[in-house]
Amino acid sequence: MKPVSRQEFRREMMPTLLAAPFLILAAAIAPPLFPVVLLWLIAWTLNVAMTSLNLPFARVLTPIIFGATLLLIWELSCRIFAIPSVILPPPSQIGISVLQNAAILWTDFVQTILKGALTGWLMGAVAAVMTAIAIDRSPFLQRGLLPIGNFVAALPIVGIAPILVMWFGFDWQSKAAVVVVMVFFPILVNMVAGLAATDQMQRDQMATWAAPYWQSLWKLRMPAAMPFLFNGLKITSTLALIGAIVAEFFGSPTKGMGFRISTAVGRLDLPLVWAEILVAAIAGTLFYGIVALLEKKVTFWHPSQRNKRA
Amino acid sequence: MTDLARAPSDKTSWRTGHADRVLPVLVVLLVIVGIWYLAAIGMNAEWVRDQAARADEDLTSGEFLRRTLILDRPVLPAPHQVASGLWDGIFGQKITSKRSLIYHGWITLSATLAGFAIGSLAGVVLAVGIVHNRAMDQSVMPWAVASQTVPILAIAPMVIVVFASAGITGLLPKAIIAAWLSFFPVLVGMVKGLRTPDAMQLDLMRSWNASDRQVFWRLRLPSSLPFLFASLKVAVAAALVGTIVGELPAGASAGLGARLLSGSYYGQTIQIWAALLAAATLAAILVALIGMIQKATLEHMGLAR
Repeated sequence: MKPVSRQEFRREMMPTLLAAPFLILAAAIAPPLFPVVLLWLIAWTLNVAMTSLNLPFARVLTPIIFGATLLLIWELSCRIFAIPSVILPPPSQIGISVLQNAAILWTDFVQTILKGALTGWLMGAVAAVMTAIAIDRSPFLQRGLLPIGNFVAALPIVGIAPILVMWFGFDWQSKAAVVVVMVFFPILVNMVAGLAATDQMQRDQMATWAAPYWQSLWKLRMPAAMPFLFNGLKITSTLALIGAIVAEFFGSPTKGMGFRISTAVGRLDLPLVWAEILVAAIAGTLFYGIVALLEKKVTFWHPSQRNKRA
Repeated sequence: MTDLARAPSDKTSWRTGHADRVLPVLVVLLVIVGIWYLAAIGMNAEWVRDQAARADEDLTSGEFLRRTLILDRPVLPAPHQVASGLWDGIFGQKITSKRSLIYHGWITLSATLAGFAIGSLAGVVLAVGIVHNRAMDQSVMPWAVASQTVPILAIAPMVIVVFASAGITGLLPKAIIAAWLSFFPVLVGMVKGLRTPDAMQLDLMRSWNASDRQVFWRLRLPSSLPFLFASLKVAVAAALVGTIVGELPAGASAGLGARLLSGSYYGQTIQIWAALLAAATLAAILVALIGMIQKATLEHMGLAR
């Protein structure tokens, strides 16, 4: 993108100019707000200037500045208004809590994310792919299962958590079971659509080469299904974490992120709660990022990946 | 599904097309119910065997099977037990009764709808801002996308507790969670939708000397509607899940989520399954409603395919 013209720059600045009087008015009514307002205006003007002039690295820097500004405003507001940490702890306190409770956070991470979410996600994904391949040969089963699968994928499945906790006990096995059920249907629906994604011409080509079913599945239809499969895997990476954490609210051993969140809330140790949330957020982003990276490696031939590189 | 199903002019072929679609679903549903019965018998068998051994009874296999399906607190209730629990919860109680699923369902539904309305409105407004302002796009969008990968739902109960400690209870905290969850799908879908007009269409608007406002109302907004409806469907389901999870923390006494939790405390499995089925029905109705509005709107605009 080229730098914008002077006229366009003025238009980009418009919202800021319109908002400024109101913000200043607010600061006049509540004087302690003044540094917050000033910080916001400076950071936002900086961002508008950077994106408009299209400086190098603007694409990376603007979100970072935006995020940092939000954090600073959070910290400042907590201090200026002396918000009790029971309601909203400032980021610095959360950071300290992360450092102090590193050992607890790690055991919780292993218990919930690695044992509960990841195991369940892998088992659910494998089961869904196998089922998709199995029902792919029968159009009747496809027509029967797909509407039901679509329906189930939209349901509040976390609700089965109490039942599965009753069946499989308090440890991570029950969490993994909840995750299996939660991720199964979205992956199934995507995989079935993926296996149907080859066109007649390609399948005819396979037939011309006298390829048996398994060969044509392995060499043509599985690769063609990969973009769809990864779409399902990416959607469910977040679902897996949610399932594992929420299931712990219904009963868990004395470790795990859901357990820690609910007990820390009970003790009003909000910095620890936010530390767990931070860990969950980082784990979720990493999980998604790793799947997206795998997708890039596996489906390098797909137009959506090739366009990104260009 | 087949080409026959898409030929509305020929009535008989439409009929077969319809049966083509309904029959497999029914068969699969029947198979699921069958498996459910078998599982119920298998999972409840141990309990019945224990009871019989304790009472020194010798059960015939027919009596044994019958007993596995009529337990008060079965490990897995049989489909007909859940159905009767659901029926009793919906029609067997007064609507104001604490045992009525309509009462609990309404509490959940009202918070869901309030949150859904706030969340999708905020999503649309922010999407309009993002499409028209480059700085906003580059600052907010990466965080909006990243926030999709964060398990927000898992912290929902905490939000409730924090609000409760500040003295705010009832509909509002649940609606905030529902709004938060329905906000992002709408934002992302709407930004994508508002950007669908290609350079050719935008150039055409330009050659007609259309103002920004005209481009928005006559080109961008109409072409974003299919995307908007698709994300509204996702958003309403997410809002319902958010509300239900928001009802989980102890202290909430009403709503389908509270019903789930109290059922799990007291081992009332039939109550859990009935609440679960009620929630599923509610989700299905909400999604279907939006689907109907979508169909009517798009047909009215001549966009339906």
